[in-house]
Amino acid sequence: MTEYLLLVVYAVLVNNILLAQFLGNCPFLGTSQKMSTATGMAMAVIFVLTCAGVITWAVQWYVLVPLELEYLQTIAFILVIAALVQLVEIVLQKTAPALYSALGIFLPLITTNCAVLGVAIINIKEDYDFMHTVVFSFASAIGFGLALVLFAGLRERFALSRMPKPLQGTVSGLITAGLMALAFQGFLKLGEG
Amino acid sequence: MRTLTQEFTKGLWEQIPPFRLVLGLCPTLAVTKSLEGGWGMGLATTFVLVCSNILISALRNVIPPKVRIATFIVIIATFVVITELVMKAYTPMLSETLGVFIPLIVVNCIILGRAEAFASKNGMGRSLLDGLGIGLGFTLALAVLGGLRELLGTGKLTMFAQANLDLTIIPLGEGREFLFKFMVDPPGAFVCLGAMLLLMNLISERSAKAA
Repeated sequence: MTEYLLLVVYAVLVNNILLAQFLGNCPFLGTSQKMSTATGMAMAVIFVLTCAGVITWAVQWYVLVPLELEYLQTIAFILVIAALVQLVEIVLQKTAPALYSALGIFLPLITTNCAVLGVAIINIKEDYDFMHTVVFSFASAIGFGLALVLFAGLRERFALSRMPKPLQGTVSGLITAGLMALAFQGFLKLGEG
Repeated sequence: MRTLTQEFTKGLWEQIPPFRLVLGLCPTLAVTKSLEGGWGMGLATTFVLVCSNILISALRNVIPPKVRIATFIVIIATFVVITELVMKAYTPMLSETLGVFIPLIVVNCIILGRAEAFASKNGMGRSLLDGLGIGLGFTLALAVLGGLRELLGTGKLTMFAQANLDLTIIPLGEGREFLFKFMVDPPGAFVCLGAMLLLMNLISERSAKAA
């Protein structure tokens, strides 16, 4: 149990997927202008990333390895993710229309979110077993959501302040993200201790 | 209509990624710890971008519009796998440095963006020049960012680790590993990219005022 707890702390705080591993930065800067879009994106990523992590793990160990097709990993994974996103979209539309309308526009964007493919590949690289894959995928997604929502909160405040023109938009976003990454780096000591 | 030269040069300043086109930020931030990581990633991306642009442009009248995105992704993924295997075989150290970010070229939005916005609407020659220009612009941006971060962070410039090509520009004292550690740490990546973008905005504003 402690092992899983440590993995969660590691994935959420110490080695945050956005701020320390730089996976999924396009949606991080793209959807963080407003709190509502940020929460929508965060929820959609948590959902899809966890599913994708588990499914790609199964594809790797039950399809690619027995058939000795490991070199097709990248192609297979991206197709699985694209198909999964489509499937999730259709299923949600039928079964949970409320959730669908909340997540709707974010779902197609997730196919090209490198956090999803990145975590899938890390799961395989680190040789995680099934439980580790589930926990690590879910925790990474939570880390993504946490950083995104915190960042959106900061940016909403920023939008109201007066700023020289060249600093507006992406520039101030990047510098804020840098300061946030600095704060998250404080957790590194947690990993050492 | 742009001339062919303009098609190529627009990627080097006017639409240079990741500054003008704010796409492909993940590799930009992650691999620019060293000069080598920067140009390595840039060239790998350029190769994939040029090849996929040519193939997509050649097939643009055959690909059914409804499944075009899926088709683009498969084409891009194929070239990424080729790059991955070639780099593992011939430049193992660089491949190690870039790690997970080589397979992640598949989801680099610059490539899919060019496929959708350019290659699927233009001829092969133009698509080749567009891919080459945007790719080299990206390489240039990554190399400058990587070089700057490495120089300020460690005082060195790694050209190509496999051939032991690194220059010590600022000698460090005995037992000192880092100069300005912030720059090679993750936060430095964000701040450094932000500062570069700010500089570009300032230059554009200046030149717009002068014109």
